Amino acid sequence: MTVRIRVIPCLDVADGRVVKGVNFVDLKDAGDPVEQARAYDAAGADELCFLDIGASHENRDTIIDVVRRTAEVCFMPVTVGGGVRTADDARALLMAGADKVAVNSAAVSRPEVVSDIAGRFGSQCMVASIDARQVDEGCWEIFTHGGRTPTGIDALEHAVRMAELGAGELLVTSMDRDGTRDGYDLSLTRVIADAVSIPVVASGGVGNLDHMVEGVIKGGANAVLAASIFHFGQHSISEAHDALRAAGLPARHNS
Amino acid sequence: MAETIALIDFGAGNLHSVHNALMATGASGVVVTADPDVVAAADRIVLPGVGAFGACRDALASIDGMIAAMEQQVRQEGAPFLGICVGMQLLADKGIEFGEHQGLGWIGGTVHAIEAPSADIKIPHMGWNDVTPTAGHDLLEAGEAYYLHGYHFDATNADDIFATTYHGRTLVSAIGRDNIVGVQFHPEKSQAYGLAFLKRFLEWKP
Repeated sequence: MTVRIRVIPCLDVADGRVVKGVNFVDLKDAGDPVEQARAYDAAGADELCFLDIGASHENRDTIIDVVRRTAEVCFMPVTVGGGVRTADDARALLMAGADKVAVNSAAVSRPEVVSDIAGRFGSQCMVASIDARQVDEGCWEIFTHGGRTPTGIDALEHAVRMAELGAGELLVTSMDRDGTRDGYDLSLTRVIADAVSIPVVASGGVGNLDHMVEGVIKGGANAVLAASIFHFGQHSISEAHDALRAAGLPARHNS
Repeated sequence: MAETIALIDFGAGNLHSVHNALMATGASGVVVTADPDVVAAADRIVLPGVGAFGACRDALASIDGMIAAMEQQVRQEGAPFLGICVGMQLLADKGIEFGEHQGLGWIGGTVHAIEAPSADIKIPHMGWNDVTPTAGHDLLEAGEAYYLHGYHFDATNADDIFATTYHGRTLVSAIGRDNIVGVQFHPEKSQAYGLAFLKRFLEWKP
């Protein structure tokens, strides 16, 4: 076989607490990101993504502590995004046990941070996180600050630039679809996946397992990220793997 | 007396994750160390590593006496050795990544960039993939493990290859000889498969 399509649950964290997370299992403290991460590790998630949505620069130690405690008890790859502005921010997360760091706004305002991180720690850990909205037929624009701030930058051009600067992966989120449960923006995912030689993660809008399959087959994604369909117990990780395999795609067998 | 397992600290990004995973297997004698004297007296030695070949090589070589201690304890005394990811690639004669860098030269071969044979093969090789043993080896069982690398070990001698995986082409998954083993995958991030592998290494009597 070949490398498996990755199924990645994403946990939003603010000030060290889960904002939107698992509520289908009995957790002693449902707001604790580490307990939630353990639930996904046990469920056989292929990777985990922590998005620090409340990230203020004064409060970096909080997410670093979450990552450190997660790495003590979870043995799956972890990507951490939110508030990563410099190579030193990335270093602190990597040394705490993160495997990859996702850079979003800083990569728009100061793209050289991508080559800084890739140069110091390797492309394999440098994820460029791209939030895009459709502005015209076949045309998407980069938005920052949680999708609120337009930048005038073309999403496809930005994606290609990120790869050229040394990003090892692109996390592509459709801000039009995020939270809608209508499925990924497959055209956005496809146009970027076809233009770069690095893996692409589809994000934003998953409402059912078919959406994940479409993200790969039609969107060309190498990994599928989702939040609510897992957090609310609508589907399990192994059901997602089964759906991918049923569509003829390589996916892991959960033992 | 419990064995001492030296986990070499040269600043590798996966140092703490490897430490956590070794602890999770129930190992008691794990010492995270940058002290060549500790390495020279260790019963087992683990070398982590992520990122660029040259940077890892330079960081390891910058610890006065470390490579000599590894040479003595692993190659002369026969202590079981495990290299992980770039810690495995460093076993090669040389690495071609941002220039040419000398490796430890314990296992013949060169570390090269993985070339994608077609546009649908994305580099880095990132995600869960097979570990397919090529011949019987005590440590390697068939299974799925997590890989995260853009460079691969091109081995000189096919006999040194313990396991392979496939990503557009066959890639070395595990390599070694005698008391030396290196794995391209990350056992510390490979859930049950990875922890079981580490446990076998800690019990390995080559």
